Amino acid sequence: MITTRILPSALLDVRSPQRLLERNAMVYRRSWMVIFSGFFEPLFYLLSIRIGLSALVGDIEVGGKLIPYDEFVAPGLMAAAAMNGAVLESTMNVFHKWRQAKLYDSILATPMSAGDIAIGEIGFAVIRGLMYSTAFIFTMLALGMVKSAWIVMSVVACALIGFAFASIGMAWTTYMRSWADFEYVPAVTLPLFLFSATFYPLSSYGSWSWVVQLSPLYHGVVLVRASNLGEWSPSLVVHAGVLVGLSVVGMAVTASRIKTLLLK
Amino acid sequence: MPPPLITARSLVKRFGDLVAVDGIDVDVQPGEAFGFLGPNGAGKTSTMRMIGCVSPVSSGRLEIFGLDPAHEGRAIRSRIGVVPQLDQLDQELTVMENLVIYARYFDIPRAVAQSRAVELLDFVQLADRADDKVDPLSGGQKRRVSIARSLISEPELLLLDEPTTGLDPQARHLLWDRLHQLKERGATLVLTTHYMDEAEQLCDRLVVMDGGRIVAEGSPRALITEYATREVLEMRFGRGRNEERVDDVLGVGERVEVLPDRLLVYVADGESALAELHARSVIPESALVRRSSLEDVFLRLTGRTLVD
Ligand SMILES: Nc1ncnc2c1ncn2[C@@H]1O[C@H](COP(=O)(O)OP(=O)(O)O)[C@@H](O)[C@H]1O
Ligand SMILES: [Mg+2]
Repeated sequence: MITTRILPSALLDVRSPQRLLERNAMVYRRSWMVIFSGFFEPLFYLLSIRIGLSALVGDIEVGGKLIPYDEFVAPGLMAAAAMNGAVLESTMNVFHKWRQAKLYDSILATPMSAGDIAIGEIGFAVIRGLMYSTAFIFTMLALGMVKSAWIVMSVVACALIGFAFASIGMAWTTYMRSWADFEYVPAVTLPLFLFSATFYPLSSYGSWSWVVQLSPLYHGVVLVRASNLGEWSPSLVVHAGVLVGLSVVGMAVTASRIKTLLLK
Repeated sequence: MPPPLITARSLVKRFGDLVAVDGIDVDVQPGEAFGFLGPNGAGKTSTMRMIGCVSPVSSGRLEIFGLDPAHEGRAIRSRIGVVPQLDQLDQELTVMENLVIYARYFDIPRAVAQSRAVELLDFVQLADRADDKVDPLSGGQKRRVSIARSLISEPELLLLDEPTTGLDPQARHLLWDRLHQLKERGATLVLTTHYMDEAEQLCDRLVVMDGGRIVAEGSPRALITEYATREVLEMRFGRGRNEERVDDVLGVGERVEVLPDRLLVYVADGESALAELHARSVIPESALVRRSSLEDVFLRLTGRTLVD
């Protein structure tokens, strides 16, 4: 089979990844305020942009249509929220569970597999990112920034963003040796946040726009923006494909790293 | 005889150039309490990890329940309970939650997990700590939680890696008592230890490991009979002077071992050996007679003491 040749065996042996979601839900049940407090972030962001920047910047052209600046930025922020939630969970929190708490060692002694852990933890990081993205949708609704009922599709787009970043984030974390290595995480996510056509359209980058297209977040932003406007084009499949591809690579690397590092 | 639960033939574990387990043969029968006895670095944990299907076999053959760990690890792990050398409890959860989520990793329904957890916490005498986090518990209590957790899937085989290392005597005795109860219920126990008294207390049969190899095998009694005498006369002549007194004590027993701080004379009747030495005017600073133990077996086999 082709799949067995491309994907490592560790990723093909997945049966109960949802147990990790269950375990993490047990933990967060007691500290739900941590997550809840994140819900105010979108409100503050969107309000400040609406009040200040929108008036200064004026309207922005997207696909031949003029839209107010705050409605342009909101999907970008929503996409970034999906990224940040997923990265936070899949890097720092995973590192703690892996290295300090030895959680995965104890789970691997049960019928759970390396693939179960990889998919379960990545899935949980996606869900965490999605909670913040969903908070954005409701805030946008409340502020009248939602352009189309297709906004529900932005949840799918944010899930793809979450999967891509959680998978790459967790794969990267398996290579980290100490907390000091986490300095590099914001060094990557901050530029992505700023330069993924989040705050201004791709055309503003002129002849440098190809660099922007290297950013995984850019592809997510395009998808979320399209969802909000309800404007679909075939090229979106390519953007989604980039995110799916990164997810598969990240998951495969994560699963086989767990196998080689913990099952030795 | 029923087929063995564990069969190992020429089992080897390598880490790079280091050979941690150097070709061991083992059979563990259902209902048996089997021990790996050996000093630090003997290869006990490496062996247990291979049996627990969390460490691939380097070479040789290993079967658990007649299954191959390389291909049926998940199936094997679903039928065993593991108490690792270092407690790996979930620090972010309570004692009760630790047991319940562990059961969930075995796909046990939540309601069943809950009721088993209540029973098991009762069994390890920690019912009153059910809703506490793990961290404030003492070493012995954590160990008991680990044992309760390993039993939640009603395993056919229980692996215990140094179950009482680092515990105070009282905590050890409580643990031994619980393990005895499990034995009486017919559980199959495989444990490692570097404590002789623990091996003598708990094991029906054991292998003595040293440097990755098995140097002796048998029941604690049989090993003592084979490799030691009934009694041991321990004498101290003062630091540094033990060695030079060997010639004086030769002949009163079957064998003499010289340790830095004392001489051990292996003899069936320690008191009469001591009387004979007194008659020869060989007077140690202090002397005691004790029954010989697996410690003496280990000394005989390897020339070294187990715990230094
Ligand atoms: N993961 C590992 N990597 C390299 N060497 C190891 C590893 N685990 C154990 N060893 C080595 O293998 C030998 C046997 O160790 P171990 O099985 O832990 O012995 P024991 O449990 O009897 O103390 C030791 O020399 C130890 O340093
Ligand atoms: Mg060990």
